[in-house]
Amino acid sequence: MLLELKDVDISYGDNLTVQGASLELEKGEILTIVGESGSGKTTVIRAAMGCLPGAGRVSSGSITFEGRDLLKNTKEDWRKMSGTEMSMIFQDSGNMINPIRKIGVQFIDYIQCHAPEKSKKDAYKMATAMLTNVRLPNPDNIMNSYPFELSGGMRQRVGIAMSMVFQPKILMADEPTSALDVTTQAQIIRQIIDVRNEFGVAVIIVTHNLGVASYMSDKIMVMKGGRVVDYGKREDVLKNPKSDYTKGLLKAVPVIGGVPYYGE
Amino acid sequence: MANETAGYERTPVVLEIKNLTKKFPVDGGKFLTACDNITLTAYEGKTLGIIGESGCGKSTLVRCLLCIQSTTSGEAIFEGKDLLKAKGEEVRQNRKKIQMVFQDPNAAFNPKMLVKDILTEPLKNFGMIKDSEVDAKAAELLEMVELPTSFKDRYAHSMSGGQRQRLGIARALALEPKIIVCDEATSALDVSVQEKICELLCKIQKEKKITYLFIAHDLGLVDLMCNQVAVLYLGNVMEWMETGRIGQDCKHPYTKSLMKSVFMVDADARYKIQPLDGEIPSPLDLPPGCPFYSRCEKRSERCLNEKPQLQEVEHGHWVACHLYDK
Repeated sequence: MLLELKDVDISYGDNLTVQGASLELEKGEILTIVGESGSGKTTVIRAAMGCLPGAGRVSSGSITFEGRDLLKNTKEDWRKMSGTEMSMIFQDSGNMINPIRKIGVQFIDYIQCHAPEKSKKDAYKMATAMLTNVRLPNPDNIMNSYPFELSGGMRQRVGIAMSMVFQPKILMADEPTSALDVTTQAQIIRQIIDVRNEFGVAVIIVTHNLGVASYMSDKIMVMKGGRVVDYGKREDVLKNPKSDYTKGLLKAVPVIGGVPYYGE
Repeated sequence: MANETAGYERTPVVLEIKNLTKKFPVDGGKFLTACDNITLTAYEGKTLGIIGESGCGKSTLVRCLLCIQSTTSGEAIFEGKDLLKAKGEEVRQNRKKIQMVFQDPNAAFNPKMLVKDILTEPLKNFGMIKDSEVDAKAAELLEMVELPTSFKDRYAHSMSGGQRQRLGIARALALEPKIIVCDEATSALDVSVQEKICELLCKIQKEKKITYLFIAHDLGLVDLMCNQVAVLYLGNVMEWMETGRIGQDCKHPYTKSLMKSVFMVDADARYKIQPLDGEIPSPLDLPPGCPFYSRCEKRSERCLNEKPQLQEVEHGHWVACHLYDK
């Protein structure tokens, strides 16, 4: 078992936001967390990553990663783990990169921060190799660009490259495609699957797109109002959902060729 | 099929966009072509869907129609007059008939205004309402979008995203417009909420015979929502379907490859997406040939040099592609 959450409650101050969330993740598995905004999906992965904002804390339950209890982690432990053992991609990777510094400078900074023994030259090589790996043409050019010079899809690829450079065991993605259009979304999803196949990394994806969840996951977790309403293997959740909420959600997805809203 | 075709031809035309072109000047005397010679027709009580990747000119097109931007050339005939030639007060009067629902319901309202003031502000702008009627009118509009009338004394930020989008629709309805432009009106919402909003839009459409210009990039949604569909790429109409469904009837290689990027909930495990590679090329200095040339699977030499024109390949179905040359 790579990562296990057992009956995790998460509160912000006195507000109980997530109640009784449990999940299990094996090596190389893709787990998708689906739910509407405010259902607590981001909170769950943030808790597993140790980066709950403000007064957020895990109030009960346990989170174990390779047998280690993550809730006992000190700040220093988290610093060592994140980026190298677990890493995260955000909705728009452009927002996590400093807009007034070139991508190359920041990428090298990032590598040297986690691996101080690497020389600048080595770091540059690692970075360009990873950029090529995520199908970015002309990595030297990318390293020399500012974030705003790249399109949303390219920035997202840079985000994937940065998060994968130390070949972490878990990759968490918080709505990685919500800001992108259909073609780019499909490209990025394919890229994440490729990364999984190549490095054997386990992936947790937070999304509200059930199509994406159905396409790529091994396991699906459906959340509503801070509770897990459905959890299990992809087929089980899609074919025999336990909760009415999941059934409604599956029915609400617009399908090409379905019954039109405008009627006959 | 035959009945359907007859249906749209009997429907009165509301808006005729003819050869609309918008070019933005950029440094060095060059031009960025956002909309290139767009010709489309919208019918009364029908929904015209516009799809395409980001940067294909969808939003520029509607901004031109609403005179938020000036247009380089072309015309848009609405009620016998050209919308794009309107000036001053006439533009203001036109907006009474063409309203808009915006993408982000969190940013579309003044946070300091009460719901009833938000809803009746358009009416006040045109002097169509007395202060004493505000409460009654706001309640009427709220009822129309299936919100409790008690919401009129609330602020927009105390409502959920779906409720706020209903508020946006109510505000657009206040002036009883002929056309409502929905620019990605549901992209910020969850699927379950999106479904309800779309059903509401269709219900209102039936009651009031409003025409929607529905911009979206979710192909599934466009298929279920729209009677006519236009596919845009780099400011050009690649495919224009007045009838039929995009899933089974689309013909253009671009539309077909868009279809291959769609994730389906009910697909089996063997289904593989095949997204287009690369990015949409820069709209500066468009190539002389087909705009889709660089990414097309079925390109030929002819496509490089000669730009395909929209041609009717089936009744009510136009495609701009050399593959369908007769």
